[in-house]
Amino acid sequence: MSTLTQSAYLLTALCFILALKGLSSPKTARNGNLIGAFGAALAVVVTVSQRHLGHRVPIIAAIVIGTVVAVPAARVVKMTAIPQMVAMFNGVGGGAAMLVALDEYVRLHRLDSTAAAIAVAFAAIVGSVSFTGSLITFAKLQEMMTGRPIVVPGAQFVTSVVALGALGCGVAAIATSNVALLIVCTALSLALGVLFVLPVGGADVPVVISLLNAFTGLTVAASGYVLNNTLLIVAGTLVGASGTMLTQLMARAMGRKITGVLFGAFSGSSSAGSTAEVVSTDRGVRSAGADDIAILLAYARKVAIVPGYGLAVAQAQHTCRELVDLLESRGVQVFYAIHPVAGRMPGHMNVLLAEANVPYEQLKEMDDANPEFSSTDVAVVVGANDVVNPAARDSPGSPIYGMPILNVDEATNVVFMKRSMRPGFAGIDNALLYHPKTTLFFGDAKDSLSKLVAAVKAL
Amino acid sequence: MNNVGLLTIFILSMFVGFEVISKVSAVLHTPLMSGANAIHGVILVGAILITGTADGGVQLTLGLIAVVLATANMVGGFVVTDRMLEMFKGRGKARAAVAKNTTPEGPAS
Repeated sequence: MSTLTQSAYLLTALCFILALKGLSSPKTARNGNLIGAFGAALAVVVTVSQRHLGHRVPIIAAIVIGTVVAVPAARVVKMTAIPQMVAMFNGVGGGAAMLVALDEYVRLHRLDSTAAAIAVAFAAIVGSVSFTGSLITFAKLQEMMTGRPIVVPGAQFVTSVVALGALGCGVAAIATSNVALLIVCTALSLALGVLFVLPVGGADVPVVISLLNAFTGLTVAASGYVLNNTLLIVAGTLVGASGTMLTQLMARAMGRKITGVLFGAFSGSSSAGSTAEVVSTDRGVRSAGADDIAILLAYARKVAIVPGYGLAVAQAQHTCRELVDLLESRGVQVFYAIHPVAGRMPGHMNVLLAEANVPYEQLKEMDDANPEFSSTDVAVVVGANDVVNPAARDSPGSPIYGMPILNVDEATNVVFMKRSMRPGFAGIDNALLYHPKTTLFFGDAKDSLSKLVAAVKAL
Repeated sequence: MNNVGLLTIFILSMFVGFEVISKVSAVLHTPLMSGANAIHGVILVGAILITGTADGGVQLTLGLIAVVLATANMVGGFVVTDRMLEMFKGRGKARAAVAKNTTPEGPAS
């Protein structure tokens, strides 16, 4: 490899560090991302223009195909669907890294050092888990399958056997340099990725995406080791380390332990969810029409809006803002209470509300919002459920127990805008729905908000 | 490069990775994850290198699939991150505008 190429790779590695640094502050985030993109483009151009590169035409064609598929997908995806898009891109990256390591192994299957063989086996296992695991998270978030934990009797046993099998084949492949064993190892790892993610509960999926992201990073680093390529080692390790860190931060923001996220679903949490559901059918709820709720809101002193995924799905951010503006013009004090994982991922709701130009001053993060609820007259929960579920605070048996929530139940009145009585993404019933101070307003979030806007105007 | 050299790079990168991320507000977790996701798309370089020296149909096919997947990861990752951050920029502007006008009723739309 020429000195020029090496220097270009060094520059790219620096760009990546600056990109991550930039992305950790709102002011520099966008530039950080652009610096990263520049670095990546530089590395690719330099690599493709190497003099000794064979198959240049098919390679460029493949790059064009990848770009033509990914750019429109990334451009048209709705902001609500961002988390699954990230999961998908992460999955294909993991798949690519795994293929690179395998391909290298097939070629030099008498790999010169044991260290390189270990790296190949590592990349095959971790890359495969990341690939199929990410596809399952994609399917869960896209609602192509249920978001609730899927727990099959004996699943834990099967998962353990498959994991041990993959590991055993990996070790055997290292010892014997046998390609067939490595392929069996890869196949088992692909299955492991599926088994690993299936039992993860809906609300924990983003944490798993972040973890798989770190996995892909480590796979890339391992591939870099096999290829003796420092850029891949640096970039992969950066993502692996920062991804691990980010996974911890996210889990903490949700009040979850990583081990609880990964293995919680195995141990009875789903049964707690289903018993709550059985109870719920006997209890009555109070629902009201737009006019009653409009009066409640218009004559309140202080109103809190708690936006959730339902608001985003209905694309109701703009209508919501209209209602808030209207209430403010009547002298009502309004704020938005944003849970750290409102939407589907930490920070997702901020992105969505920013899209609707909601003034920054009206947004309150959870820690600032919670002291306000006791003096709030009406808390309007628009399409959120789990993040206001008092069970997270009060009932130790609940699967979401320990997750920090917005204390909406401290407000004088609570209005829930919901499409139906269907439980939230975590699949857990919410006792607050049946509380005497709660009023339900059924319907699509956007529809309901438009009706409210009309009703408040008519007062 | 020898093994110790590669190991050195690995460990130093790990520390840089931890250090760079240590204090990030929850607001930026999603874009940050997405950005990191795009960065590991640089596996494209590895995919190109192995495809470039491939001989035989199997190697070439595996390599080209890896190139397509890695490109999707890298390009898509950066584009989607930029779209997310574009909105933060919009909010920054709105904030600046509010600060300038300081109308008592809040910002006029």
